[in-house]
Amino acid sequence: MATEVNEFVINADEVISRAESRGESELLISKKKEALATIENLEMPKPDKTKINKWDFFTVSEPVTDSAVYGSLEELPEAVRNLLDIEHTKNIYVQHNNTPAYLQVSDELLDQGVVIENIIEASANHPELVEKYFMTEGVKIDEHKLAAYHAAMLNGGLFVYVPKNVQIKDPVQMVVLHDDEKTSLFNHVLIVADEGSELTYVENYLSNVDRSNEQINIISEVIAKDNAKINYGAVDFLAEGFTGYINRRGIVGRDATLDWALGLMNDSNVINDNTTYLMGDNSNSNLKTVVVGRGEQKLNFTTQIIHYGKDSVGHILKHGVMKDSASSIFNGIGYIKHGAAGSDAQQESRVLMLSEKARGDANPILLIDEDDVTAGHAASVGRVDPIQLFYLMSRGISQKEAERLVIHGFLDPVVSALPIESVKKQLKEVIELKVLSK
Amino acid sequence: MASVLEIKDLHVEIDGKEILKGVDLTIKQGEIHAVMGPNGTGKSTLAQAIMGHPRYDVTQGEVLLDGENVLEMEVDERAQAGLFLGMQYPSEISGVTNSDFLRSAINAQREEGDEINLMQFIKKLDKNMNYLEMDLDMSTRYLNEGFSGGEKKRNEILQLMMLEPKFGILDEIDSGLDIDALKVVSKGINELRGEEFGALIITHYQRLLNYVAPDFVHVMMQGRVVKSGGQELSQRLEAEGYDWIKEELGIDDETIAADVE
Repeated sequence: MATEVNEFVINADEVISRAESRGESELLISKKKEALATIENLEMPKPDKTKINKWDFFTVSEPVTDSAVYGSLEELPEAVRNLLDIEHTKNIYVQHNNTPAYLQVSDELLDQGVVIENIIEASANHPELVEKYFMTEGVKIDEHKLAAYHAAMLNGGLFVYVPKNVQIKDPVQMVVLHDDEKTSLFNHVLIVADEGSELTYVENYLSNVDRSNEQINIISEVIAKDNAKINYGAVDFLAEGFTGYINRRGIVGRDATLDWALGLMNDSNVINDNTTYLMGDNSNSNLKTVVVGRGEQKLNFTTQIIHYGKDSVGHILKHGVMKDSASSIFNGIGYIKHGAAGSDAQQESRVLMLSEKARGDANPILLIDEDDVTAGHAASVGRVDPIQLFYLMSRGISQKEAERLVIHGFLDPVVSALPIESVKKQLKEVIELKVLSK
Repeated sequence: MASVLEIKDLHVEIDGKEILKGVDLTIKQGEIHAVMGPNGTGKSTLAQAIMGHPRYDVTQGEVLLDGENVLEMEVDERAQAGLFLGMQYPSEISGVTNSDFLRSAINAQREEGDEINLMQFIKKLDKNMNYLEMDLDMSTRYLNEGFSGGEKKRNEILQLMMLEPKFGILDEIDSGLDIDALKVVSKGINELRGEEFGALIITHYQRLLNYVAPDFVHVMMQGRVVKSGGQELSQRLEAEGYDWIKEELGIDDETIAADVE
């Protein structure tokens, strides 16, 4: 049956009646209908250099699962509490499988008109805001079949709106705890930072089960309006067995900045698409990702920054470690459109292989339709340098510890860019676990 | 009892090509030995082979530290047994700070549960960095990354002073140093000089030996030690060059091969 797994089956009536019976908003139901109306005719996305025709993106055991909610931060499972600095955590949303399980937002932010709500409720409480931005400027519903499928199956996620000139000092954190092997995650995160506002947002995905044969189909749309500043951090660490499609999309206005620091540590086969549109003049994006692949994982990381605004600056830094039989494609694209004079597109991809069977392929691409620009790229795929190991070991450090130091050092430029200390610590632990596991 | 490092009939190959053709040397703690010689005579190979550089194959002979053959040890075990190699080209390790690295290295020599106290470590580090006239912020920079040639060499001496090995093998620690840096590096080596430290200093300049007076001087040619003596030997080499030795021994070409350093 392997040739048929990608065959698409969806029962539109069931999708809609389930949404209605769960009391989803008119807006969300209309978006789901829109997706269902077009989905049959849409193509699958085509991640460069990774064949996905045998990947199973559509088998779902339970479209929505129901899990426990939590009354306070203290009630959260230890795995989640470890990600938090509980005393200082002001703004947090916890999603337990598909269930909105805990929400805490400081009064100060609510008084300033900040909205932090799970996306399903937000679509009922703030329909005009959600309608304006939901799959309109970022990822379109009809962009491809997986985007439409995401919209139709949407069962979680978060909406964050920061009004004009409101600067949020304390980070907003979303934690998704996955501990039900029947759960599929169709999370949609929509972040809008209005003009002159500032936000630091960090999301964590973690599994408390060893394996799950379900779907991850996650879309984030992150919109920084003129002169806004968003710092977006993520650590994805979901179990093996999922089929994953994760799309994080940025739209950056004039004089605005969107910085990404992503720890992509999922243990499943995943297509990661991270595209940022620098729409406004003098817009800016700094993207840092770190990846560790192990086991039989197949991974594709396509990272793009597309420049429309004049004097826009886009820098990509990707570091990956591949071990066992993991194989990964790193596509990095800097695209300067005609008219984006004075722009700067830079990228660097580094892949470190820890075993003979591991595969890594770094493809830097620069597409330039404008004369007056600066652009550059660097890419390398290599092994741990035996001379570096010799140097460290000549000081009495064991080979294992020396390798650990070199790998941590290799990944550090991204890890240190994560905006929350506890999350940084978690990412280091995840790296340790993935790199040192046999 | 003073430790002894004995190099016996050491033969070493790189990529199947023989570089060392039977080196014999004995160094006791408390002694400073200088190995001199023109380029391409096998001096650096000797240093790297003792420490266990992955590119060098020992095909014959042994290196004994207090009777234990270090050639049978892993590189880290050689360091833990008391050997230290100050490198000509120290590696750069991104993302690992100098001070974290030094602390790991010190703790690697100690038993688990007996790790160096942090305050004690910082005190010792500050003291040694001051002694070597190093910027204190170098301890928080990544290991050798972006260091100038002189900074790297000072950093090697800093590691030597922090780790206090039984024997320090210093491979062209003086190359590329200006006179001030050379004095500082020499000062560091002299600070360690004493009953509990022996050194094998590899150089092709007499200059360093003006500041660190050797007890013994050896000349290498064609992958062997061809002449040994006291400090007067290095002074004669400075004044007259190597030709008189070649003449004395009937050596035409002193190198192993023109393409090997």
